[in-house]
Amino acid sequence: MSTAIELPHAKRTLPNGLDVLVHEDRRVPIVAVNLWYHVGSKNERIGRTGFAHLFEHLMFEGSEHYNGGYFTPLQQAGALLNGSTNTDRTNYWEVVPTSALELALWMESDRMGYLLPALTRERFETQRDVVLNERRQNYENRPYGMALMALSAALFPPEHPYHWLTIGAEEDIRAMEFEDVRAFFRTYYHPANASLALAGDIDTEHAFELAEQYFGDMPAGTKPQPVEADASLSREIRLVLEDRVELPRLYIAWHSPAMFHDGDAEADLLADLLANGKTSRLYRLLVYEKRIALDVSAYQHSREISSFFLLAATAAPGQSLTDIVALIDECIGELIDEGPTNHEMERGIAQAEAHFMYRLQTVGGFGGKSDQLNAYNVFRGNPDFFGGDLERYRRATSETVRKAARAYLAFDCRVLLSIVPRGKDALALAGSERVVVS
Amino acid sequence: MPAIDRSRLPSVGPDPRFHFPQIVRHTLDNSLKVRTVEHPGVPVVTFVMQIDGGLGADAAGSEGLASLTADMVDEGSGSLSAIDVSDALARIGAEYDVEVGADTTMFTLTTLARFGERGARLLSQMLTAPSMRESDFARVRQLRLDRLKQLKDLPPAVAERAFLRLLYPSHAYGHLAIGTEESLRLLSLEDVVAFHGATFLPARATLVVAGALSHAELRRLAEEAFGGWDPGERLEELEAASERAADSTPALLAIVPREGAAQSELRIGHLSARRDTPDYAPLLVMNAILGGQFVSRINLKLREEKAFTYGVRTGFDWRRGMGPFFVQTSVHTAATAESIADILAEISGLRGSRPATPQEMSLAQASLTRGYPRNFETTQQVARSVAQLALFDLPDTYFEEFVPKVNAVTAAEVTRVAQNYLDPSRAIALVVGDRPATEQSLTALGVGELRVLPPS
Repeated sequence: MSTAIELPHAKRTLPNGLDVLVHEDRRVPIVAVNLWYHVGSKNERIGRTGFAHLFEHLMFEGSEHYNGGYFTPLQQAGALLNGSTNTDRTNYWEVVPTSALELALWMESDRMGYLLPALTRERFETQRDVVLNERRQNYENRPYGMALMALSAALFPPEHPYHWLTIGAEEDIRAMEFEDVRAFFRTYYHPANASLALAGDIDTEHAFELAEQYFGDMPAGTKPQPVEADASLSREIRLVLEDRVELPRLYIAWHSPAMFHDGDAEADLLADLLANGKTSRLYRLLVYEKRIALDVSAYQHSREISSFFLLAATAAPGQSLTDIVALIDECIGELIDEGPTNHEMERGIAQAEAHFMYRLQTVGGFGGKSDQLNAYNVFRGNPDFFGGDLERYRRATSETVRKAARAYLAFDCRVLLSIVPRGKDALALAGSERVVVS
Repeated sequence: MPAIDRSRLPSVGPDPRFHFPQIVRHTLDNSLKVRTVEHPGVPVVTFVMQIDGGLGADAAGSEGLASLTADMVDEGSGSLSAIDVSDALARIGAEYDVEVGADTTMFTLTTLARFGERGARLLSQMLTAPSMRESDFARVRQLRLDRLKQLKDLPPAVAERAFLRLLYPSHAYGHLAIGTEESLRLLSLEDVVAFHGATFLPARATLVVAGALSHAELRRLAEEAFGGWDPGERLEELEAASERAADSTPALLAIVPREGAAQSELRIGHLSARRDTPDYAPLLVMNAILGGQFVSRINLKLREEKAFTYGVRTGFDWRRGMGPFFVQTSVHTAATAESIADILAEISGLRGSRPATPQEMSLAQASLTRGYPRNFETTQQVARSVAQLALFDLPDTYFEEFVPKVNAVTAAEVTRVAQNYLDPSRAIALVVGDRPATEQSLTALGVGELRVLPPS
């Protein structure tokens, strides 16, 4: 059963510090170009939140030698392209027909080396407004859309960079200064803080040559200091937030092990066995048997500095969050006492194995093989971890999962957030404090 | 090594050759149509079962029946309870998904190639012999009623629902797959059993199997699992929604009030084309220029020039019958009326005063064709693409012909199809947003009186 699943690749580091990773997959005549910068909202500070993400938008607006929107020439070549920012990293990618690989490398390298001359105040201000629209659309105008903001603020102290979300605070976005762009770019956007992955219809040696050609003459920068921050909870925090929703929802959040640390894979398995599918413990109990919840979800939000484990359940009409939390606690209590059954462990590991295999199907885009190689390289300093990553799941046992539940899902150190319809804060858990987010 | 020439962009070489893998057709003795496609590489297999009868098969008053029936498929079979089915899927690491479209319902199951037989057998049990227990039905229906309640909070869902009603006031396409509270309350398990009996028949279905196995092996998987599917009695042929005449609607401006909304959710459009139109390729090119991609007239205007939105998109919702052309976006409340005016102006422009330029033609055609091979990386992409051929009765050579057909479109054709298929004078413009903040400017648009719709 335990067949090896690998993601073969080669790595070289250019003299200027740029890591280059190459993976060959010649099935379809396309190549994925995927470039990570090790910067995210964790590198921001209070009062300047949202900057890393706004900056990502600016990277599509032009560079010195191609002073125009980046989508035009790349679309013209048949490319698919995008970028994203999270707490820990910013990524940019193109999936191009093999014949357009050099175009993508030219453009990625031009914006790495020569962004600032093309950046105007007008472009900056337009993208700032686009981001405010993005924030309204995806957070303010979405039911339960402010939950993660409230939870992050409660889980992490104000000076911790996970205290705020990557999208940033509205007043911070409004107050951003064009002048701040320059320093941010110089600090974070250079070869020593980046990792380039090329995957697909390409010869490994040729890929390294091209990377050297396009990126080799970029001046080396200084690798930024890693961000370190501590966070812990020593009590249970109960919060209530009113929102434009029909049905109350309860969120429960705990601190959990950072990405790839001991216990991280176990937390992921716990999430599955608690709330993934009808057969999971909480779905079965809350939605299938008792029918007091409409849905339940669990997710280990694995991140670089520290993670959090999040459970959420929406009350069925007329049902109370108090009853829901009582059942959740009972369920977690059983898991802490007895651990998962062998049947549950087999199922969880079978699912993990299948999902690792599915991850080998696409070369590019979010979650494609090029993106995965960069994730391992940036967060572990070594791209050679696909098999090792899966091993973390294969090694998990009922006992290690039970220990993880006991260590991380404590009843007295967590945040409970009730989101209730406007004017109905009586539907929140008892003792909840009103929280304001905007 | 020579330095890179940064005075100009590197040239792009000729498009690489790409051939869609061969599709092999089989028909089982029970009339089930089977298509197999070999997709070597990652040891994965995908099954797509497409059954005639999507939301368009819902009778008036029974909206939501097709979708509810599809939902009952994974609620148990034979000795397996709903929990057992879920467990069996999980133990082979399966990804299982149901999509209820306008004309068909598509069940997709992906699993590791080594679990191919178990996956096929399980899918067959679920589709052909669902338990249809009263208690499961009651629970599933209740979850859907509650879900409908939640959708009232979600502006895109509110907009979709209201927009479909305005597009199709009396046609079977005029509702969301989930149905309405009134219709769901009236549906019974007997309705579901009857609908399943009438539509889940091998003669009405196409099974696509794509994976890292040979045609013979893929066929064997299909045959062993589905060869015993009872062909059933041939009931009277259901009248397909696609054959019914579509509604003809006048221009309309409407709002679903959402007090204090931070953004206005917009839908603009009208019924426009059937998927079998001979103008499919020109319409794709025209749409790419207008708003179908990032670099397109409407997105550049509303996002990159005016910063009214995070993004805007236009498209055709292809169906066997008459389907809509639509524009969809979410804009800052203060920019609501101006966004609508700009969108309508861009549509008018492409119809005459500002025809497609050679640069726009080239960009649209290249972006539709040059990256085409990337749509066929995974077994799911391949299997779903082949299912589309069955859905729209397209030839197996379709994927090979796509690129040359799109590249042959001329600017004159784009103007012609913009004139024939887009018509701002009968556009329905729908806003889900703050009424007091937008009413005055909306009325001043001059596209008609503002009709206020009830909240979903």
